[in-house]
Amino acid sequence: MNFKHKFVFLLPGLIVLIGIIIFPILFTIRLSFSGWNSFNPELDFIGIKNYIRLFTADPRFWQSFFRLSFLAITTVFIQYVIGFALAHMVWKDIKFKRFFRVLFLIPMMTTPVIMTVIWRTFFHESLGPLNDFLSLFGMQPAWLSSPGLAKIAIIVVEVWQWTSFMFLLLLAGLLSLPKEPFLAAAIDGASSFKKFIYVTFPLMAPISIGAIIIRLIEASKIMDTVFVLTSGGPGTSTETSSYYIFIKGLREFQMGYAATVSFTYLIIMIISLTIISKVLTKVLMKE
Amino acid sequence: MPKLYTFLKYFFVVSWACFVIAPFLWALSTSFKDFNSVTGGATYIPWLQFEPTLDGWRVLFKPGSQGGINIVGPYFNSIFVTVTASFISIVLGTLAAYALSRYTFKAGIVQNNDITFFFISQRIMPPVVLSIPFFIFLSTLGLLDNLAGLILVYIVLLMPIAVWIMVDFFNRVPREIDETALIDGCNPFQAFFKVVLPNSIPGMIVAGLFCIIFGWIDFFFAFILTFTKVQLLPVKIVALNSSITPWWSLSAAALVSVAPLIVVAFIVERYLSKGSLSGALK
Repeated sequence: MNFKHKFVFLLPGLIVLIGIIIFPILFTIRLSFSGWNSFNPELDFIGIKNYIRLFTADPRFWQSFFRLSFLAITTVFIQYVIGFALAHMVWKDIKFKRFFRVLFLIPMMTTPVIMTVIWRTFFHESLGPLNDFLSLFGMQPAWLSSPGLAKIAIIVVEVWQWTSFMFLLLLAGLLSLPKEPFLAAAIDGASSFKKFIYVTFPLMAPISIGAIIIRLIEASKIMDTVFVLTSGGPGTSTETSSYYIFIKGLREFQMGYAATVSFTYLIIMIISLTIISKVLTKVLMKE
Repeated sequence: MPKLYTFLKYFFVVSWACFVIAPFLWALSTSFKDFNSVTGGATYIPWLQFEPTLDGWRVLFKPGSQGGINIVGPYFNSIFVTVTASFISIVLGTLAAYALSRYTFKAGIVQNNDITFFFISQRIMPPVVLSIPFFIFLSTLGLLDNLAGLILVYIVLLMPIAVWIMVDFFNRVPREIDETALIDGCNPFQAFFKVVLPNSIPGMIVAGLFCIIFGWIDFFFAFILTFTKVQLLPVKIVALNSSITPWWSLSAAALVSVAPLIVVAFIVERYLSKGSLSGALK
């Protein structure tokens, strides 16, 4: 009896999901062993040639991967610090609490590509408001055409867009904390700083880990921002792994090789996310 | 000391508020400009610094044959795809989440947590990885450049979110509720639909909001899998960005496209402040 019902609940969702996803995944794996490109659009078998090329002769991918790691970790770290600060500040007594809460939630509701189009005009070298302001100090930086500044521009846009998601997860966590530990701390006469270090922060550790992992997963897919803001440029200085796969697969039509990169990238991502979540759990939950 | 902290707190919150609003104000101001005001350098205040015009807004509602952009069609496509895919994801995701929260599954080393992880792990895959095989998959099915094909893809994008939120939610709904119903003579389906489901509406609304947000803001799948017959809003707007960029209509279109989801921000805040979101998101 029990046996039958539980499958009726689970299977529709599971079957639909597997049904949609199974072909793309198997096809990607098969494709990664073929030399499919625009001159030779067929599913031949070339063994592990693509993998050898990826691991021995493709520094551009590995650079894009390290760049992605740098961008993802930096942006998520900044989002966590600012998101936690904001959530903590509008958690309790502040004027216009609900106004600030709504306002801080808005960026995550906006479409990244569309807001990035606006940001691109914002960063425009001669016509944008940012340089209009900076020119008061005699500066006229070329935001999107110098490698270092282009990375900063991407970080600014990513932080603008996604701090609100971090803020939402952390504020929801703060609002669900039990009251007793705070009362106990108040009775002991703890200062607000000590309260934060010894009560709030440890209680928030599991929620923090969850929020950071979720954001890292999403940040590892940085693509829309790069696509619109810099198209990976100048040169390849802002190219992330997703964007590199996009170039190889859908611009140069080296489908087989793009599949190899995709598959390798997925494996690396799953392994590194598992390690990161283990390490974070150890560091943040030590008490 | 507390005074200094209060000052810093307001300073920080107000600064961040300005940062959040800045691109919207810039877009609002730009949307009333014309060619000359845009190319003349950055200006902000209409009438004072430039002569406002409604051209940027008018062009959005003109058909393409009259030099317009016509975002009305893409707008409805976006709404239709997002809402349908969210609805299907919520229905299937809620059922699956209920099974994963209430029953134990075991097949070899695969247990409940692994099944839950399988659902959620779909979000690790970057859209670009799936876009090539999806392209071929949908073209074999004849669903390329088609709303139904896009909905199919969006289900993969959204069901993980629904499962993630609903499993946590059901874990917080006391088991006694179902057990009482079962003792009263309901079968498991009746217990679910008559007793558990009505108590799960808040969780489903939260999950629904999240599905709608993440469906609405997707760009890449729509960009790869549709061409001319079916266009979604983000693709239409980004296409404006290509050659000669008309900043004014671009800004107007951007504002129109983000408007409906700002309503969602208000709803999410209501749930947050009432405390019903805390359970659903932890």
